[in-house]
Amino acid sequence: MTIAKGDPAHPSRTTAPPGTRRSHVPNDGTAEAAAVERARKGMLHEGRDLKRTRIGADVLCEALLRQGVEVFFSYPGGVILPFYDILGDYPELRHVLVRHEQGGAHAADGYARVTGRVGVCMGTSGPGATNLVTGIGTALLDSVPIVAITGNVPGVLIGKDAFQEIDINGITLPMTKHNYLVRDADDLPRVVAEAFHIARTGRPGPVHIDITKDALQQETRAQHPTEDEVIAGLPGFRPNMDGHARQLKSAAAEIAAAKRPVILAGHGVLHAEAWDELRAFAERAQIPVAWTLLGIGTIDETHPLAYGYMGMHGWKHVNRAIQSADLLIAIGMRFDDRVTGNVRTYAPYARIIHADIDPAEIGKNVAVEVPIVGDAKRVLQALTGLVEAVDPETRADYFAQLAEWKADSVASSWHGSGAWRDGVLSADYVIERIGELTDHEGTYVADVGQNQMWLARYAGFRHPNTHVSSGGLGTMGFSVPAAMGAALGAPERETWAITGDGGFQMTFQELMTLVADHIPVKIALLDNKKLGMIRQWQEIIYAGNYHSANLPGPDFAKLADAFGIPAFRARTPGEVDDAIRAAQAVDGPALVWFEIAEEQNVFPMMPAGKGLSDLIENWGGADE
Amino acid sequence: MSGDPASNGRPPAGAAGTGASHATATPAHAAPPPRALPGGGETRRHVLVAVVLNKPGVLNRVASLMRARNFNIDSLAVSHTDSDEISRMTITLHGDDVAVEQAAKQLYRLIDVLKVQDVTAEPTIQQELALVKIRASDSTRGEILKLVELSRGRVVDLADGSVIVEVTGSESEVDAFVALVRTYGIKELVRTGAVVMARGSGSIEEAIKR
Repeated sequence: MTIAKGDPAHPSRTTAPPGTRRSHVPNDGTAEAAAVERARKGMLHEGRDLKRTRIGADVLCEALLRQGVEVFFSYPGGVILPFYDILGDYPELRHVLVRHEQGGAHAADGYARVTGRVGVCMGTSGPGATNLVTGIGTALLDSVPIVAITGNVPGVLIGKDAFQEIDINGITLPMTKHNYLVRDADDLPRVVAEAFHIARTGRPGPVHIDITKDALQQETRAQHPTEDEVIAGLPGFRPNMDGHARQLKSAAAEIAAAKRPVILAGHGVLHAEAWDELRAFAERAQIPVAWTLLGIGTIDETHPLAYGYMGMHGWKHVNRAIQSADLLIAIGMRFDDRVTGNVRTYAPYARIIHADIDPAEIGKNVAVEVPIVGDAKRVLQALTGLVEAVDPETRADYFAQLAEWKADSVASSWHGSGAWRDGVLSADYVIERIGELTDHEGTYVADVGQNQMWLARYAGFRHPNTHVSSGGLGTMGFSVPAAMGAALGAPERETWAITGDGGFQMTFQELMTLVADHIPVKIALLDNKKLGMIRQWQEIIYAGNYHSANLPGPDFAKLADAFGIPAFRARTPGEVDDAIRAAQAVDGPALVWFEIAEEQNVFPMMPAGKGLSDLIENWGGADE
Repeated sequence: MSGDPASNGRPPAGAAGTGASHATATPAHAAPPPRALPGGGETRRHVLVAVVLNKPGVLNRVASLMRARNFNIDSLAVSHTDSDEISRMTITLHGDDVAVEQAAKQLYRLIDVLKVQDVTAEPTIQQELALVKIRASDSTRGEILKLVELSRGRVVDLADGSVIVEVTGSESEVDAFVALVRTYGIKELVRTGAVVMARGSGSIEEAIKR
């Protein structure tokens, strides 16, 4: 079914014309028009005195602007009203009013992942702050630079169990790179500058700033520090960027001696913007590149040396290559359990070079022969300079073996290219078509579970920072709000949220934000009426005891309709392309409801606790 | 770092299947021993010294991190140094060398941590102080006072039915004294946990300022 664009039944669509996508300020540039616009939005009372004193909330806005923040995601509440009271005076700061703070945190995360810049989210004290927590945790586990700002009760009420008071600083302490409680407006310039510096420098991560209401209201003349002053004020924070010369040399020697080397590229390559260096290194040394879930996009998948996605639901040929490799060159990845499986049987023939900017990652999950602490870009540059150019002919046997494994793995029946079964829609086919019809030029934001694995395997990624996925925390409900941030961060790309019916039902309140702020996210809802990955595990590991795997959902077309979002539906392979194209033609958000096969599994699968050589490739004789 | 390059039992790169005919296939020889798990070695007592910025919550950060990373702290002693801005922690914990190194590296991730040093293998002075409130009757008080004297302890409070004794020494010296007086009945016991300083003229605090 289709809902016509501009349907008068959905007046909300008319309140946000396309021209407001990047800024609240009308393009004619007159201050008067801006004032009118702000007044229209109710942000500034007409009679309000603009010649007021500078307060903590002003400092916060100034500091955000100094950090180059152009958009942030927030929800108001009692103790951050002082901030909302003056926000209208800073029209260059685009405020996106989310419908739930978790959505705001994921949006900041999605924005950060596609731009490489710090994402910002905000909420009030108490429940506003705790709602941000899942998003902060998601950013921590995937090392995404976000700054989360919360209000807190006035300083004198802290510790009194005041209304909407919770010890949010204690809650975020173990799940942020650093956190702050600000009780004095004079501290705000330094704290905000430090927070951004810490969030983006070295191994990125979330930083939380909690600000008391009275600090937001307090008058202050405090000046903003320079970046040098910020660094001088953080003597305990000096990330090591360059790899140790001796370790780089021994790495080069290992590489020269290796016959079956594999590069393992992770998220760190994207954080360091080292994709060109990765390609140059791989080409010079003629080493195939495998990638982790978050390492998708580190190399164009059509590159001859791009070998594939590794791990629990990775390609069989990639896992085979790792299991028979004599050298693994791990760059900016952390040997997560979804990557290694049982460490005891992981890559049994391989010596390991592990380069990461965080020394704590090296030797944490696997013992390694050559540790290199440094930024992926600089390490790859150094290594490229140290290794001899390799003639691909000398690796002819190795490459022939890899090609044979790849052909075998891609041709397997469980690959399921095309319709999974007659007349039933297979999810991998849907993903493949989305990749094709967007020319692989979009941003693709996964939710968690089967949809996430299908996206990782079948979309075909060409560019860095175009794949967004909650890898470490595995946060269901991530997709739609993260896509919201991703779309604002990279408006030049078509942004697709790929979600299952489970994750979608967790955070679809943000559909209203998409409409209200005219954020053109296309949502591919892979609806199998199940918690698909739960069902798959129960089928294979829990002897078919399907408890709570069925997940009745609403009529998703009516749901989208209620939000004023055009919805399209595909139930057969033949309907897929038209539905995708129809969504693409919509100027604004759109939803495609794919009613996919209900019991399709993601294969291969490495059961938890097993090794990379113990892949399950099919099950129960189903034609997968 | 894991140190020994041969720790995994993996031969140097290129040594396995170096012949051209073997270069591409899975090596024909028997699989190497299972990959060693980091931190699976012998457990012993370690002493870490951490120099940290004296900021609100820094103790909480250290304690929270050790808990979250599954390290069990035996003792933790904190005070500020000669500088009000800098605090020093002495952390004792049990674990194998790799696990404790991991703990130190995790501590380094904290923004307020300036320096972490594992002084286990170094010549150090280690002292802790204990206050022991011992049950003492007219008939046992004399014996207790004698033991205290022999143990280089000090009676700091005398009351009807009890004495409080202060003992200072290494962890094992304090253990020994506590064991010795246990038969009389210990009413209360408090220990500061070890504080430690490396012998010689080197200084962990000066090392930071450099």
